[in-house]
Amino acid sequence: MTPELGQLALILAMLLALAQSVLPLVGAWRGNRALMAVARPAAAGQAVFVAMAFGILAWAFLRFDFSVQYVADNSNLALPWYYRIAAVWGAHEGSLLLWILILNVWTVALAAFSQKLPEVFASRVIAVMGLIAVGFLAFIIFTSNPFGRLLPMPGDGADLNPVLQDPGMTFHPPMLYMGYVGFSVAFAFSIAALLGGELEQAWVRWARPWTNVAWAFLTCGIVAGSWWAYAELGWGGWWFWDPVENASFMPWLVGVALIHAQAVTEKRGSLRAWTILLSIFAFSLSLLGTFLVRSGVLTSVHAFASDPRRGVFILAFLTIVVGGSLLLYALRAPKVLGGKPFKVVSRETALLISNLMFAVAAAMVLLGTLFPLIGDALNLGRISVGPPYFGFLFPLLMLPVVLLLPFGPFLRWGKGESLVLKQVLMRAGIVAAACAIVAAFFVDGQLKAIAGVGALVWLTVGVLLYALKRWREMPRGRRYPAEMAGMLLAHLGVGVFVAGVLLSESLSVTRDVRMAPGETQHIGNYDFRFDGVHHTTGPNWTADQGVVTVTRNGNETTVMHPQKRTYPRGQVQTESAVDAGITRDLYVALGEPMDANDIEGAWALRLYYKPFIRWIWAGGLLMMLGGLVCATDKRFRIKRSARAEAGAEAADGLQIQETRA
Amino acid sequence: MSRLLPFIGFMLLVGLFGFGIWWNTQHDQNAIPSPLLDKPAPAFNLPKLYEPTQMVSKADLLGQPYLLNVFASWCIECGVEHPVLTVEGPTLGVQLVGYNYKDAPDDAKGWLAKHGNPYDLLIADEPGHTAIDFGVYGAPESFLIDAKGVIRYKHIGPLTPDVMAKELKPAIAAMLKEAP
Repeated sequence: MTPELGQLALILAMLLALAQSVLPLVGAWRGNRALMAVARPAAAGQAVFVAMAFGILAWAFLRFDFSVQYVADNSNLALPWYYRIAAVWGAHEGSLLLWILILNVWTVALAAFSQKLPEVFASRVIAVMGLIAVGFLAFIIFTSNPFGRLLPMPGDGADLNPVLQDPGMTFHPPMLYMGYVGFSVAFAFSIAALLGGELEQAWVRWARPWTNVAWAFLTCGIVAGSWWAYAELGWGGWWFWDPVENASFMPWLVGVALIHAQAVTEKRGSLRAWTILLSIFAFSLSLLGTFLVRSGVLTSVHAFASDPRRGVFILAFLTIVVGGSLLLYALRAPKVLGGKPFKVVSRETALLISNLMFAVAAAMVLLGTLFPLIGDALNLGRISVGPPYFGFLFPLLMLPVVLLLPFGPFLRWGKGESLVLKQVLMRAGIVAAACAIVAAFFVDGQLKAIAGVGALVWLTVGVLLYALKRWREMPRGRRYPAEMAGMLLAHLGVGVFVAGVLLSESLSVTRDVRMAPGETQHIGNYDFRFDGVHHTTGPNWTADQGVVTVTRNGNETTVMHPQKRTYPRGQVQTESAVDAGITRDLYVALGEPMDANDIEGAWALRLYYKPFIRWIWAGGLLMMLGGLVCATDKRFRIKRSARAEAGAEAADGLQIQETRA
Repeated sequence: MSRLLPFIGFMLLVGLFGFGIWWNTQHDQNAIPSPLLDKPAPAFNLPKLYEPTQMVSKADLLGQPYLLNVFASWCIECGVEHPVLTVEGPTLGVQLVGYNYKDAPDDAKGWLAKHGNPYDLLIADEPGHTAIDFGVYGAPESFLIDAKGVIRYKHIGPLTPDVMAKELKPAIAAMLKEAP
């Protein structure tokens, strides 16, 4: 009975979402305050019912209700409770429900914090969020019901995909979705602005922290995913450029561009149309990611083959949402460029260049991801482009970003001074070159590694020089407002990330070896001694567990336990052993026994020595932290007085209408 | 007009996706088209399995169509395919050429003695070098080669009665109709 209540809750949520979207839009159009006032209560009601549906599904998992098809497919009696919770979003239907739940979290937050926005504008924003919810709720109700029954009820369920039974994977989808869905706020905001035909700088200021937080979550989700792939897949790689990864990376790239474009629009009033367009792109790419991953156009054929309605539905939804917004943009985007003029050497130019690079990079990733489809369409055969394409083009596009990044903050709005740039170039450049030369002796002249050290020093010194300048020139208390501190942190993160990528890629040592118990392999100052394999068991798996003792100059560093697990349904999953460190990771994955009947004999092992790989994720986390810190800036909070001030500031934009009472 | 560009670009994408959905309902995603299809088969010169001193080259087989069946005694799925080949092979209307792949000759002969020998001709590629030219990445695989030495059809995995009826036999019929 309870699962049917869940379905009923979803239907009620969809009806409320319809009310939340249609009535306030009509109200805003007709100037009817009563209709506009429906927005917030309807959003709250929708959230309650969606939370109820989600709770009911989670409850079904917790009490092993295998009469629910989705529960029976994705869990069994041996699955520990925390993975049963994670199993809620372990497959298509449930992850869609999680998507909707998170959309509601954002909508409720939006409804709560938008009290001080003009009512017409706020109700339009909430209505657009409602429209998105209608689409997704219809999708789940008509094509992907998670509450479908399975009769007769089986005694035990199947299993959660063992690949997903890992703490990283429990954490990864909710973070990623927080990011994806968070871009809907900037999107709703832009659509509302286009509908109303006006875009105040104060509103962009208000939207900025939302974009930053969404982007920070997305960063966190991607970092978690990358870490998971590294730890779990047993290949020691951290990024594979596969369509699913690209689906999350494209909105991230556009998100970077959007964050910077919003800064320009908020402070100077320029780039309005571009900011709106980027908001639409960021969210559209999030939707596109959902489409690509779920429709089977590019991956997971079988899900699609079983139900072609899903692909068609998402495509129709995508056409309405994205096509509709872009058409609206074409019709309503500000026709006259607003904002203050700027010279060639200025902060605006620097931000525009970075914007261009990130937007082109996103387009490049999109093209590469869709290439197999284009190949089919033009009858070129089954072609796909892989790491060679991305690995060549992406660094090429990011090179100017890395080179120009230290200059950006030194440039003034409107008109910068080239003298300062020369000083930065001299100081940071000389230190970076010196460090790179010293590093060359330590890395056997590996160009990539030298470039990594150079880039790290170049970016770090650049950021520190600017921090020093603020320290000297600004009075105490105004030196590092949150917005500034966040920027510095995120930019430092870029340096750490680049260094991690280049150093680990050039200095890593990989060895596929056959080892008998007692044998030793010497890799990068470490001796890996294989001490054999024994049998072990966990809550819902059995495993062959290897013991590898690592010593350095005779001193024991660590003992590692790589596993090869077998889950109840016979799925085999490698669990690599990782010894993490700031300057290096040691990584051991268990392959196959040389003789299947003698697990205590020789095994195939994969040994890695990966210097500085942790810096990749550390860099990502610093960027995330930067985004979050930025969002806490007091300046972004709307106060009555701030609004009045913002209105006055915006008055020199050409598209501005008076909205103050 | 320039403001319409994003919209136009997106509609092109929608067209592409629509095509993708249609394409997927029409095609098997797992099929990897062989670049050799409708191309001349690669040249080869391999010893016969039972008379290793006698070589068989591609030129020797020109003039009549044949089905080149890649098999090995170590290959489990070949055991699944074998009875099907034994029953259906003689009815196909083409020569059946066994291509023994990366196999010790004695193992192969033992396997054939045990399960029967449906082949009209047996050649052996113990080092597996020639198989690389054919793009073989596992056994069993089958190549239908016409009288002019052109590959007309390729199947990866065991030939089942279903595959025989729906793919191989129509391909043979089409080939024979074209070049009587």
